[in-house]
Amino acid sequence: MLSIKNLHASIEGTPILRGINLEIKAGEVHAIMGPNGSGKSTLASVLAGREEYEVTDGEVIFNGKDLLEYSPEDRAREGVFLAFQYPVEIPGVSSTNFLRTAVNQVREYRGLDPLDAVKFLTLMKEKMKLVEIDQKLLSRSLNEGFSGGEKKRNEIFQMAMLEPKLSILDETDSGLDIDALKIVSNGVNQLKSKDNATIVVTHYQRLLDYIVPDYVHVLYKGRIVKSGTKELALELEEKGYDWIKEAVDSEATV
Amino acid sequence: MSTLTKQTKIGSLIDFPAKGFESARSQAKEAFEIQGLPGAKTEEYKFTAITKKLEQQLTDVTMAEPFEVTPELVNSHLFEGFDGDVLVFANGHFQSNVSSQIEGIEISLLSKKSDTSIGKIAKPEKDAFCAINQASFADGLFISIPKKTQLEKTILFLNFTKISSGQVIQPRIWIEAGDFAEASFIEQTINLTDVTFFVNKVVEIKGGLNTHLHYYRLQNEGSNAIEVSNIETDIQQDSTFSSVVISLSGEMVRNNLSLNLLGSNSEGNMYGLYLLNGKTHVDNHTNVDHTIPHAESNELYKGILADHSRGVFNGKIFVRQDAQKTNAFQQNNNILLSEDAVVNTKPQLEIWADDVKCSHGCTTGQLDEEALFYLQTRGIGKLQAKGLLLYAFAGEVLEHIKHEAFKTYCTQLVEDRLGAKL
Ligand SMILES: Nc1ncnc2c1ncn2[C@@H]1O[C@H](COP(=O)(O)OP(=O)(O)OP(=O)(O)O)[C@@H](O)[C@H]1O
Ligand SMILES: [Mg+2]
Repeated sequence: MLSIKNLHASIEGTPILRGINLEIKAGEVHAIMGPNGSGKSTLASVLAGREEYEVTDGEVIFNGKDLLEYSPEDRAREGVFLAFQYPVEIPGVSSTNFLRTAVNQVREYRGLDPLDAVKFLTLMKEKMKLVEIDQKLLSRSLNEGFSGGEKKRNEIFQMAMLEPKLSILDETDSGLDIDALKIVSNGVNQLKSKDNATIVVTHYQRLLDYIVPDYVHVLYKGRIVKSGTKELALELEEKGYDWIKEAVDSEATV
Repeated sequence: MSTLTKQTKIGSLIDFPAKGFESARSQAKEAFEIQGLPGAKTEEYKFTAITKKLEQQLTDVTMAEPFEVTPELVNSHLFEGFDGDVLVFANGHFQSNVSSQIEGIEISLLSKKSDTSIGKIAKPEKDAFCAINQASFADGLFISIPKKTQLEKTILFLNFTKISSGQVIQPRIWIEAGDFAEASFIEQTINLTDVTFFVNKVVEIKGGLNTHLHYYRLQNEGSNAIEVSNIETDIQQDSTFSSVVISLSGEMVRNNLSLNLLGSNSEGNMYGLYLLNGKTHVDNHTNVDHTIPHAESNELYKGILADHSRGVFNGKIFVRQDAQKTNAFQQNNNILLSEDAVVNTKPQLEIWADDVKCSHGCTTGQLDEEALFYLQTRGIGKLQAKGLLLYAFAGEVLEHIKHEAFKTYCTQLVEDRLGAKL
């Protein structure tokens, strides 16, 4: 589904991603871990199409298409979804209006008829249950004044509404209490199918008890320096990143 | 200075022969002699070179005559859902034959009311154009809302303009509201021709005790309109006055809006939205004068500027020494969509009382790129995402329109403009 080869990206001339290789097949869950500043959010942003990042080398093929050629909105319409580490507050834009516009633009791109108000509301109600999000939140402006947890829940709710093929969850677990974590994970798991894939970026093994990954990758200094199965996450939890950093840094100095 | 000023086309208007109001007219001429037309060094018109603009654009200055307006024309220009009363003007001249007969209030030509105090609220000493209007307006409209009359229907001032090149329109309206009166007004102009014209308008509003008035203006006359308006109101005890000005087009527009808070527990609100493109130039000069304790003023002006447009905001808040416990709030926010668009914004606070709450702020920036990206990652096209964000920005002003059909109408105009990215 997704094939990243030798991806290099920089911001304002500073290289951040320095040769990422990653293969993801439909139905898989990949966890990306790594110390602060290693480039996890950068990778997520580059996949979603943030313009500030310049891709200097490499390629990203998504379902046979050259993803990097697409605008952010077309990537979303093709089925890429990014749950932001820091969802943006947008005062004055009603959550419902926003979602309806989004859903219908995505549908139009996929050759489907737009949902009328009734059908849209039905869909919304159904998906709201999935992440147990309160109606009251959605009658407010988008993310405005939402707590950290509410914002994260809203990200997953939007994901449920847009039914993406590839979801990238950037630290969706950070700041969630255990109940909220269970709800969010449960939502993600219910949306999982053999046809879609998920990338979860996280610092905590805890999340991976609920969203069980097929693979775990460690990102460090803009490269994937170690890959393994879910046991790797447990090992990282126990030992931290120092042993990986040391191995990489000593190799680099040789 | 004044002789030079009179040699200008626009300055010559001061001596344009006009009937009646002898003392008011001579007072206005005197006031004009003293101040002259605003020039490059006039602080109040620093960013709006209106005199120069008029000299360049008005080839031959004459007063625009009235013309026949048919009921069909009026009906075809009422915005959808409007169910109020209409007062029609043709080139600034009141047309009673196509206007509504409004029960319970007095409406007449200003010339029929020799006892009015024109020029006592919007004083000719304060502004040269106000003086010109007072010296040479042909006739105006007098509206009196008696004590305890609450008008359920909104009054629409529908101005039609139809001119040959270089003409001047000088509307003048006097509104007085008795104690406990309530009313709302909408002002809209329909331009029927495609040549440059100059509107020099004065509206004076005299409120009583506990009166509640709304005054809405939609400025969308197209790129031929050069306009100066002086609107001023006296607000008495326990009264509220709210103004919303929506400016969507015009060659050069200068709005002087002044609120005088004269009685305690009174409230004055001024809201404005300007969406500018092309070379449109809109200048909002507002002035609120807190003269007594325990009064409140709120002000929010927002602008979105594209292309080579220019916006000016100047907000004066004057809190006199006696005006303790004043609450005054002022905010001006601008989004620039082009590198060539310019905004000059200036809060001007003069506070002589010590126990007051005053806050003001102004911002000028670009569209929030982070918000734009967020919307795009949800599959919303860039153009539409921009429209959504801009509309959200503008919506905060539209919220203050309490007339539902008018709000819907303005919202539609704004959405159409923003959807097409101005
Ligand atoms: N706009 C920017 N300008 C310059 N450097 C930037 C910019 N944005 C990110 N960086 C740098 O890029 C590096 C990678 O940042 P990124 O946010 O991808 O890390 P991360 O792995 O997501 O970290 P965290 O775990 O803290 O979320 C960091 O060193 C960061 O300082
Ligand atoms: Mg990050």
